[in-house]
Amino acid sequence: MAAESIEIGKDLTIEAKHLGQVLTAIAKQGYELVGPTVREGAIVYDRLNSVDDLPRGWTDEQSPGKYRLNRRKDQAFFGYNSGPHTWKRFLHSPLQCLWKCKKNGNAFQIIEETPEARKCAFIGARPCELHAIAKLDKIFTGGTYVDPHYKARRENVFVVCANCTQAGGTCFCASMKTGPKAASGYDLALTEVLEGEDHYFVVSVGSERGAEVMVAIPHRDASEKDHETVDRIIAETASHMGRRLDTTGLKELLYRNADSAYWDNVAKRCMTCANCTMVCPTCFCTTVEDVTDLAGDQAERWRRWDSCFAMDFSYIHGGSVRMTAKSRYRQWMTHKLAAWVDQFGEFGCVGCGRCITWCPAGIDITEEASAIRNSEPVAVGAR
Amino acid sequence: MIHSLDSVIRQHAFFNELDEHHIQFIVGCAKNVRFDTNHYIFREGDDADQFFFILEGLVSVELMVPTKGSVTVQTVGEGDVFGWSWLAPPYRWHFDARTMRKTHALAFDGKCLRAKCEEDHDLGYEILKRFANVAVERLDATRLQLLDLYGAHV
Amino acid sequence: MAHTFELPIIEAPVMLDPMMPVPYRIERVKRETNDTFTLGLMPANGVGVTSFGPGQFNMLYIFGVGEVPISISSDPRSCPALEHTTRVVGPVTKAMGGLKRGDVIGIRGPFGSRWPVTEEMGRDFVIVTGGIGLAPLRPALYQLMAQREKYRKIVLLYGARTPQDILYRRELEHWRGKFDLEIQVTVDRGGGNWRGNVGVVTTLISRAPFDPSETVALVCGPEVMMRFAVMELQKRGVRSPKIFVSMERNMKCAVGFCGHCQYGPAFICKDGPVFSFDRIEPIFGKAEI
Repeated sequence: MAAESIEIGKDLTIEAKHLGQVLTAIAKQGYELVGPTVREGAIVYDRLNSVDDLPRGWTDEQSPGKYRLNRRKDQAFFGYNSGPHTWKRFLHSPLQCLWKCKKNGNAFQIIEETPEARKCAFIGARPCELHAIAKLDKIFTGGTYVDPHYKARRENVFVVCANCTQAGGTCFCASMKTGPKAASGYDLALTEVLEGEDHYFVVSVGSERGAEVMVAIPHRDASEKDHETVDRIIAETASHMGRRLDTTGLKELLYRNADSAYWDNVAKRCMTCANCTMVCPTCFCTTVEDVTDLAGDQAERWRRWDSCFAMDFSYIHGGSVRMTAKSRYRQWMTHKLAAWVDQFGEFGCVGCGRCITWCPAGIDITEEASAIRNSEPVAVGAR
Repeated sequence: MIHSLDSVIRQHAFFNELDEHHIQFIVGCAKNVRFDTNHYIFREGDDADQFFFILEGLVSVELMVPTKGSVTVQTVGEGDVFGWSWLAPPYRWHFDARTMRKTHALAFDGKCLRAKCEEDHDLGYEILKRFANVAVERLDATRLQLLDLYGAHV
Repeated sequence: MAHTFELPIIEAPVMLDPMMPVPYRIERVKRETNDTFTLGLMPANGVGVTSFGPGQFNMLYIFGVGEVPISISSDPRSCPALEHTTRVVGPVTKAMGGLKRGDVIGIRGPFGSRWPVTEEMGRDFVIVTGGIGLAPLRPALYQLMAQREKYRKIVLLYGARTPQDILYRRELEHWRGKFDLEIQVTVDRGGGNWRGNVGVVTTLISRAPFDPSETVALVCGPEVMMRFAVMELQKRGVRSPKIFVSMERNMKCAVGFCGHCQYGPAFICKDGPVFSFDRIEPIFGKAEI
C-alpha cells in the first residue's frame, strides 16, 4: 500500500480522515504546527495542537470592509479563504530584539541577539501566501544584505499548502497569477475534494521532507480522474474570483498618474489607519527603537513593524515628507503595484484581498487601479 | 573707446538678437565707468536715470536699517545687469548700491533710453522683455534667500 | 514619458557588520559653527571601516539615545580614522553634540552610492553646495585634490547662511592656494566685515568658469536649493546624466529592510544617496514623493 519512497513531484491521494496523521507525522519531525483556527469570530493563524483545531466546517464571507464567519453545510477543512493574519508574523516578527548593549565606562559592549531557529510548520498556506513568502525571501535573503533573524526562521519552515477550492469575495489571485493553485514553494500541497460522499485530498509532493512525511500515511497514487477533478475545481475557483485587477501596463500607469487629481478622491476616504499594511502578507516596513533601563547602563535595540501610513514614517528635519493622507495612500499603492516591480522584478501584491476586507472605509485597491486607468483619456496608455 | 564698448555690448547675451539700429542706439547711450572700492554708485532716493552692466567687480545692494546700519540684501557681480528703477515711475532708486571692490561697468543713460522707447515701441518691447527676465531671475533668487534654507528647522 | 528606473548596481561594500554597531572613540571635537560640529573618530577596538567612497554615510549610534545616518566627511585615505560633520537637528544629534574626547559611539557602515570622482577623470568638475551640504562633498574634494592633474577645471560654489556658518574655512583657503581650485562663496545674509557675495548659491552658476559640455556637476544641500541649482546647470547646458545630487530621507536600517528611505522605487540607503539626475528626474521635485 505505502510505497517505500516517493518521488518529488508525485501526486498522491489520501482520505480526509488521514489528514490528522499527516499533521502528526510533521510534528514528529520536530515542527511546531501553526495554522488556521477559529478565534473570536475570525480565522487566525495560531499554534495547532491537532487536526481538530482546524476551522473544519467554517467559511468566511468577505467584501470591502466586511468579514464574517459562517457555518458551512459540509465539513471541509479548508473551506475559507483568508483571515487577518499572514505568515509574515512567523518569519518577520512584529517585535524583534536586535541586540543588547552594556555600558562600560566610556565605552559599551554590544551583544547580538541570537537568531531563533525554531522549526515551524505552516499548515494550510494558500498559493497566494506562498508567493508572498517568496517575495519576502527576496527582500530579506536575496539581496546584498541578509536578515539573520528572517533567514533562521525561514530555513526551518515546513510548508503545507492548501490550494483554494473556492474564491473569496475580495480575492484576485487569478489576476496576479499567484493562484488558486500553487506551482512551487511547498513541501506538500493539498487540494481538498468534497463531492457527495467522497472527501479526500490530492497531495502534491514538493520536496524530500514532504515525501518523507507521506511515506507512512495511507495513500494511493492520484488517478487520472483525481487530476481531472482537481483541474476542474481549480478552474472553477479561478473563474469566480471576487475581484479583478488589470495588470497591463500597471506600473507605467501608476507612475504616469502620480499627479492625478484622482488621489484626492481616495484621500477623502482613507483614514491612514494602516490596517491594510498590517494585514498585507508582503508589507515589510519596520522601525527601530533604542531603549535604556532607568540607570542608563543597559540599552537595547528593538525592531517592530511600521507602516508607511504612519505620520512620522517619512519624518526628516522637523517635518514629514508625506504629510497628507493622499501622499501616503499614493505611496502605498504605487509601491505595491509599480515601484516593487522596479525594485524586485515583480508586483508586490499577491491578490489575497485582505486590504480590501480589512479596510474600515472599504477602499478596494482593484477599484482604485481601475478608476485611475479610466480617468485617463483613451489615447494614453493601454486599456 | 566706442569700438570696445560696441563689441562688448554686441557680444553680451543681454543684447543678443537686437536689430542693428537698436544696438547702435544703445551703444550711443552707453559709457565706460570705473569705481573705486567702497563707492556709492547711487543712494536710495536718488533719481534713477541709469542702469548698469558689470564687467568686473562686486556691488552690494543695501538698505540702511535703523539700529542695524547698512544691510546687504544681495550682491551683483560680473556679468550682471542691475538697476531697473529707471523703468517705472517715480524713477528713484529704492536701494543703495555700493562697490565692494574696484568695479568696472557700463552705465546706460536710462532717461535717454526711456524717451526712445516711448517713441520706438519695438525697442521698448525688446528692452522690457530683457529686464523682465532679469527681474524673474532676481525674484527667484530672492525667494530662495527668503526661505532661509540653511536655517534651523526645529 | 518613459518611466524606467534603471537603478545602478552597487558593488559589494567593504564594511563592518552592517547590522551591528562597532565602537569608535572620539579623538577630537571641533565646533564648526553654533549648531554644527565635527567629530574625529578612531576605532576603539582596532576594528574599523577599511575604506569608503566619497558620498557614502555611516549610521552613528549614541548609547541609549539612538542612531542617525551621517555622511562621512573625511579624507578616504585616512581610513580607518573618520570624520563626521554633524548639525544638531534632533535628540540624537543633540546628544552627539554633547560628547567629549574619549567618549565612544557605535558605527555601522559605510553605506550607499558614491560621487563619481574616479569614474569621471578628464572632466571639469562643478561642485554646488549649501549649508551642511559641503560635508558629504569634502571627501570628493580630497579625492579630486589627490589627483589634481587628472581633472580639468574644478569649481566649488558654496552657499552658507551667514559668514559665521562657513565650514572648513582654513581648509578651503589652503586648497584655493595650493591647488588650482576655484572657490566662490556666497552667504544668504552678510553683515560684519563680510566683503564677499551675498545671495543664494544658485546665482553663481550662470557665470562660473566651466565648460558645460565637459562638466560633471556634484550638487548637495537642501532639496529646494538642489532643485534650483539643477535648473541653472541645465540652463547652462550641463546634461542630466552628468549632474549628481545627494538625496535624503528618513532612515532606520540603512540596509534596505525598513522601507523608510524609499524615494520612488529607489532605496536611498542602497541605490543612493548619490544619484545621477537623469535617474530621478521623473520624480524629483514632485510634492510629497
